Amino acid sequence: MSPAIPMVEVQLGEAWVRVPAGSSAVAVLAQQPPGRTRLSVTGQWRAPLCGMGVCHECRVLIDGRERLACQTICEDGMHIATSTAQSAGAA
Amino acid sequence: MTTTAPARCDLLIIGAGPAGMAAALAAAESGMRIVVVDDNPAPGGQIWRNGPGVQLPPLARQHREGLARHANIEVLSGTRVVGLGDRANTGDAAALILENATRGWTQHASRLILCTGARELLLPFPGWTLPGVTGAGGLQALIKAGLDVRGQRIVIAGTGPLLLAAASTARKAGAQVLRVAEHTSWGALAAFAAQLVRWPAKAWQAPTLLRPSLRANAHVLEALGNTQVEAVRLQRGSRTEQLECERIACGFGLVPNTHLGQMLGCTLGERHGLQVDAGMRTTVPGIYAAGECTGFGGSERALVQGAMAGHAAAGEADAAQALQNQLARWNAFADALHRHFPLRAETLAALPRPDTFVCRCEDVAHGVLRQRSNWIDAKLHTRCGMGACQGRICGAAAQVLYGWTPQPARHLLSPARIATLADAGGKPSHESATQT
Repeated sequence: MSPAIPMVEVQLGEAWVRVPAGSSAVAVLAQQPPGRTRLSVTGQWRAPLCGMGVCHECRVLIDGRERLACQTICEDGMHIATSTAQSAGAA
Repeated sequence: MTTTAPARCDLLIIGAGPAGMAAALAAAESGMRIVVVDDNPAPGGQIWRNGPGVQLPPLARQHREGLARHANIEVLSGTRVVGLGDRANTGDAAALILENATRGWTQHASRLILCTGARELLLPFPGWTLPGVTGAGGLQALIKAGLDVRGQRIVIAGTGPLLLAAASTARKAGAQVLRVAEHTSWGALAAFAAQLVRWPAKAWQAPTLLRPSLRANAHVLEALGNTQVEAVRLQRGSRTEQLECERIACGFGLVPNTHLGQMLGCTLGERHGLQVDAGMRTTVPGIYAAGECTGFGGSERALVQGAMAGHAAAGEADAAQALQNQLARWNAFADALHRHFPLRAETLAALPRPDTFVCRCEDVAHGVLRQRSNWIDAKLHTRCGMGACQGRICGAAAQVLYGWTPQPARHLLSPARIATLADAGGKPSHESATQT
């Protein structure tokens, strides 16, 4: 029996999701397959690609602020929402 | 609005992967005030990335504990360089505009070491914008950061040892790895495996080349699915294969992150990395570089280079020189990597269709881009490279697809908040500035 992993609870849209402490926001988004993050300028849903903060495909709103999901560690009570802003850089 | 006093340090290190950590620890005994800036949530870079359930190797833990132990080392995680500020002193190496989740400021430094690492080369193929497609290293990073892939069917493709590392990470996380489709030939793989005995620390990788899911001379043709990945089509020699899967992890080796170095005026050297001399000095006085940003070569080489750069920046030329033999050894490994995993650009350039997006930020398609003559022409006419990634993904792809040389960013390295630029007194570019 492995020791219990501490969990954190975050809000994804309307739902509450529990993930192991130290998880990135991508792990939360993936609990709602296929883990979409943002709408592209032509209206395509995107999801994380590079996993290391380069491609910016995982732009989401975290506590109302635009952040990269792969570079953001979950904290209890954090609110995550997919980004429906369709411009590349401005929210 | 009140302005804060300019933040100053003796040595600024950009990037806290193996090279940056080694540089900080090497320089720390000199008593220099050292600031390490890294955009990841914690030190370690990609290869030593921490996360739930990750067992960091002892060397990684030693380096992290070392950073924490030195009072003269300040680590700023979750912090990005967004652009260049105005230097307060002409003798300073640089003044960089930094930003984290809550604030922005200008950091002034007498000496600068660039350990900006490398990113995956991600090349477009039909369907690559579907949710479920990641880089190979990208998948590994996401799994380490807690992504649950239990029971998922995953196909890993592209080229380089990173494919095997990603497959191993995915299997340990409970995924079903259906295929590892390696672009290079069996002959090159066998030759590489045979040579690994020269670097005992790397020899453990040889047996993984024998797994039945590995296919050489293979590459992705297309990701299939309506709103997410449902299947993948692979080319295997002269045949094609279609496999149902949930994820496709596809990466073609690593590209040095040179944008910041180029903005500062550093010259590029071999393998598209920043040029450095025997003392890890770039072509700009006071600026050093170490690790993958000098050309991809693996973490052992990055560690040695980082230590050399740290000693050199601290004025300890003898200590830096003492590491030359180690560097030569790992440079030879880097040579072997590049020799055995060449990119067959003509094959990969044939993959995208006219409607395949090359630029994912601005949704610019291959059919539109291939009519342009160079990077600047494309940027002006299509907005390719003007999105949030600042051309890091599409610029590297365009280099392979069209032979274009990407130009370094002129103003901003990364999207930045208006408040950061206002505080720094910098000039915001319309395309890159964001507001929150």
